[in-house]
Amino acid sequence: MNEILRRMLWLPEQASEHARQVDGLHYFVIITTMVAAFGVFATAIYFFVRYRRRTDEDVTPQVHPRAIHEVLFIGVPLALFLVWFAIGFPQYVRLSLPPPDAQDVFVQGKKWMWKFAYPGGPNAVDTLRVPANRPVRLLITSRDVIHSFYVPALRLKMDALPGRYTQTWFTADKPGRYEIFCAEYCGLGHSSMLGELVVMPEQEFDDWVAAQRRNVLAAAQDGGPSGERVLPSSNVVEEGRRVAAEQGCLKCHSVDGTRHIGPTWVDLYLRQQRLKGGKNVTADEAYLTKSMMDPAADVADGYQNVMPTYQGKMSPPEVAAIVEYIKSLRTPAVRSGPTEGPAYESIPRK
Amino acid sequence: MNPSHASEPAALPARHYLNAPATGFMSWANTRDHKRVGVMFLVGTTISFAIGGFFALLIRLELLTPGPTVMDAMTYNRIFTLHGVVMIFLFMIPAIPSGFGNFVLPLMIGAKDVAFPKINLLSFYLYLVGAAIAIYGMINGGTDTGWTFYTPYSTTTATKVVPVLLGAFVLGFSSILTGLNFIVTTHTMRAPGIGWNRMPLFVWSIYATSVIQILATPVLGMSLLLVAIENAFGWGIFDPARGGDPVLFQHFFWFYSHPAVYIMILPAMAVISEVVCAFSRKNIFGYKAVAYSSLGIAFVGFFTWGHHLFTSGQSAVDAGIFGVLSMFVGIFTAIKVFNWTATMYKGSISFKTPFAYFVGFLFFLVFGGMTGVALATLSLDVHWHDTYFVVAHFHFIMVGATLMAFLAALHYWLPKITGRMYSEGWGLVAAVMVVLGFNFTFIPQFLLGNEGMPRRYFSYPEKFWALNVASTAGASVLGFGLFIVLVYMLVALRWGPLAGSNPWNSRGFEWATQSPPAPENFETTPVYTGGPHEYDEDAVQQPALPAAEPKHV
Amino acid sequence: MSETIQSPLAHHFESLEKQAHAARLGMWLFLATEVLLFAALFAGYSVYRYLYTETFVAASRDLHTWVGLVNTIVLITSSFTVAWGLDHAARGRGDRTRLLFGVSILFALVFLAFKYYEYSEHFHEGQLPGRFFTYEGLGPGPGGPIFYSLYYLITGLHGIHVVIGMTVLAVVGWKAGRGRYTAEYHVPVELAGLYWHLVDLIWIFVFPLIYLA
Repeated sequence: MNEILRRMLWLPEQASEHARQVDGLHYFVIITTMVAAFGVFATAIYFFVRYRRRTDEDVTPQVHPRAIHEVLFIGVPLALFLVWFAIGFPQYVRLSLPPPDAQDVFVQGKKWMWKFAYPGGPNAVDTLRVPANRPVRLLITSRDVIHSFYVPALRLKMDALPGRYTQTWFTADKPGRYEIFCAEYCGLGHSSMLGELVVMPEQEFDDWVAAQRRNVLAAAQDGGPSGERVLPSSNVVEEGRRVAAEQGCLKCHSVDGTRHIGPTWVDLYLRQQRLKGGKNVTADEAYLTKSMMDPAADVADGYQNVMPTYQGKMSPPEVAAIVEYIKSLRTPAVRSGPTEGPAYESIPRK
Repeated sequence: MNPSHASEPAALPARHYLNAPATGFMSWANTRDHKRVGVMFLVGTTISFAIGGFFALLIRLELLTPGPTVMDAMTYNRIFTLHGVVMIFLFMIPAIPSGFGNFVLPLMIGAKDVAFPKINLLSFYLYLVGAAIAIYGMINGGTDTGWTFYTPYSTTTATKVVPVLLGAFVLGFSSILTGLNFIVTTHTMRAPGIGWNRMPLFVWSIYATSVIQILATPVLGMSLLLVAIENAFGWGIFDPARGGDPVLFQHFFWFYSHPAVYIMILPAMAVISEVVCAFSRKNIFGYKAVAYSSLGIAFVGFFTWGHHLFTSGQSAVDAGIFGVLSMFVGIFTAIKVFNWTATMYKGSISFKTPFAYFVGFLFFLVFGGMTGVALATLSLDVHWHDTYFVVAHFHFIMVGATLMAFLAALHYWLPKITGRMYSEGWGLVAAVMVVLGFNFTFIPQFLLGNEGMPRRYFSYPEKFWALNVASTAGASVLGFGLFIVLVYMLVALRWGPLAGSNPWNSRGFEWATQSPPAPENFETTPVYTGGPHEYDEDAVQQPALPAAEPKHV
Repeated sequence: MSETIQSPLAHHFESLEKQAHAARLGMWLFLATEVLLFAALFAGYSVYRYLYTETFVAASRDLHTWVGLVNTIVLITSSFTVAWGLDHAARGRGDRTRLLFGVSILFALVFLAFKYYEYSEHFHEGQLPGRFFTYEGLGPGPGGPIFYSLYYLITGLHGIHVVIGMTVLAVVGWKAGRGRYTAEYHVPVELAGLYWHLVDLIWIFVFPLIYLA
């Protein structure tokens, strides 16, 4: 029954007990709404048919309500609405009372990505992994404007406010992958601020966390005297791809030629890049590095000045790795510009 | 269609408000006649509706495919913002009160004009100025904040948000002055015999609307001004980086904007009370219930704004209080719906175009209104907030209820305003298209909301594709139906058959004048001995018509 | 004094009495909207006063309370002279009305002069709104900029209303001096008086709220 109604109403999967209970109220509310609406409509149609006008001079009786009519008109809907409230309010209150043993996750929304951090590590961008059957408390904030963290499958939503932490919690009981949306308009990338909630069986989750922490620890131990992270892999291009994904670069820059919020990285290296204001510049290593450190300085023509700076956020080896990755993105069959003939300089005459 | 009580007149009355006291541009630009002001508002709001509707079609066109279809993200974001701003501030709020209200209200209470005719004209000029400022902003790229202007996005955006905010600020004053005028008119200018409990129900609902207009709009004006100042000069109280509270803006904004939605629906209810009685040839079932429920909506509506902030991190106690109060405000609408339906009992019902829109209105108001109460049911709102479920809910009310009522008013009062009648056949055809198109546009959006599609999304995951296509298909039918209305209405203005003073044989008070009415409405102050819409054996048209019909030249 | 005056009765009113009643009701409603305009700012002030109590209290103390007090007395006196002017209008003495309204306008100018003095002191100290705030006397933290943002918004909006009120008094006072009003019908003088009293009343709320910690 639940499944039939859920599908008829296009509701997503129910990944928690809370979702199932909320859906129960949903069915009650929608069914009574439809009954009421169709009931009133059908009554009107019936009255129209039964009391059709015969002549333009028809006389009708004055009909006035008795007290009982208005009492029913008020009492029945009021009772119904208060029942809805009585069921929905406790469900809502429950969302503000996380159990004391809930596992905390810090959530930070920023244009246009979700960053997650577990106390004690690791960090993640856009993918939130949680264990099934264990309560998880989310402490949510924003780096810039108001966002809203929304997981339809959990029937869960909480605004991410700058300057403040909000909280909500859930216990997912169905392993799987569920969508995370941003539900408060936040600018250009609002509809691409997508994430994924991965609910893992408890043991798998614990293993994953442990493995992540080992990696981080290992990397820290191998670090140089200044404590910088040393890239464990010997393939710099591969590292660049990994860092780019981690740092969220791929939210705005595509690697397949699609124009998105920022210029595509395919064939970017050594391209003649036109800047806002008309200047032309060659996209060499210096330009690429500068774009990461001071993106507002040389904004590409036709794009908005929305790129955040990565100064201080990545170590020099990581920056270099990204540049190497960009260099590797070439489509050899595609010519990037018109053929240019040789350039002649005029011979200075004395 | 052919009133059997009088033959169709051979000509329009010799002297009426359109040709007296003068014609020509200056006589309209400087008019003190509430009827002319009403007509100007109707023209202005109809043009605004067309602009807002054009933006709506662009939105639906863009949403036809999951990725970019005909525009980029920034353009889309600006277009949905402008759709909201234009539709709400330039159409929904002024159309019925300042348009039809201005025209009909003084006629309904036996008055020669509103209390302050010059201020009435001023409110129209403020409408034009506000519209001009907002349109200037639109032409220069517009803004992308959404019509809700949430901070800190709106205080930090580089888009042209300041002119749009200032335009809305000026429009707010237009709204306040109209409301002020109607309240004073209702209190001081009722003709002898029209006690408060004998006023047409249209007047009751417009009065309640006016109370909301004067109390709520100043707060919105202040809030928008604060955002404009903070955006332009960088000093203000909403920037969290400087200790401000961005949610405070939401409280200020919704303190106005929730009562504002009642500004948008009460006039529609005003029209429906008139239409249901006229086309059922029947007195209203529960006069006092319908009259006082308008005041109830106005009053309780001021205390429910927090239901727009259920997911903003406010405490559960606050949420609970706002939730319960929201349950109460729905009751007043239920009272009206039941009383209107009961009015049809033992009536004599004629299914003309205004009545067709009433029937659509009834279904959409009940369904849309109850989904509103459903949204106020806290735990459900956590899932639905900021999704297409909310979009569908408010379009059910704003388009399904208010627009239908606007169309009903247009068809009901066209003969009074112009002396001419529209084509009933085309009227019914268009009404069917509008109602069906509307259903196909917005019912899929309820389902999209259930599925989890958030609002204001330029691109969306593929699983939302089918319902979006259905919605766009419906929107095309809806748009086409409205276009048909425009066409036959324009035709009627020029070539419509003459309607005579009361083609509907309605006992509404405004019908006891010639069509179109004389500039001064009544030569002598009329006296009323009965209530409006009394169709029983002993009742007569109020006020009593003069002994002989005015001579037609 | 004045010869036959054209009756001020407008065509759409039945009687002068009804017209006067309507005008008064309209003015009271308009005053209600003005109160709500300020109420939004007062609400904002209260919220931030609650959030940043110490800073707001310190900032209030920092203000020149004596200036606020003088300004309060000035405005109350100007309200008195306006009421006196209305009294004369009710007895048909429009010339006296003009005089007294002129005096009220002078008082308003005194008020504005003191405000100018206060503002220039604030600018000098760096007590500017929002991101322009550089004053150090209130310690670090956002309370100072927010206090001054609200201070300028509230007193600025009030100042604008003082100017509007002065204009209204000037126009009505001048017309009264020309004999446009009679003892029977001097409603515009009443309305001008009502507006001025509101401007005064708002200040009576602003003063304790902002100046008296």
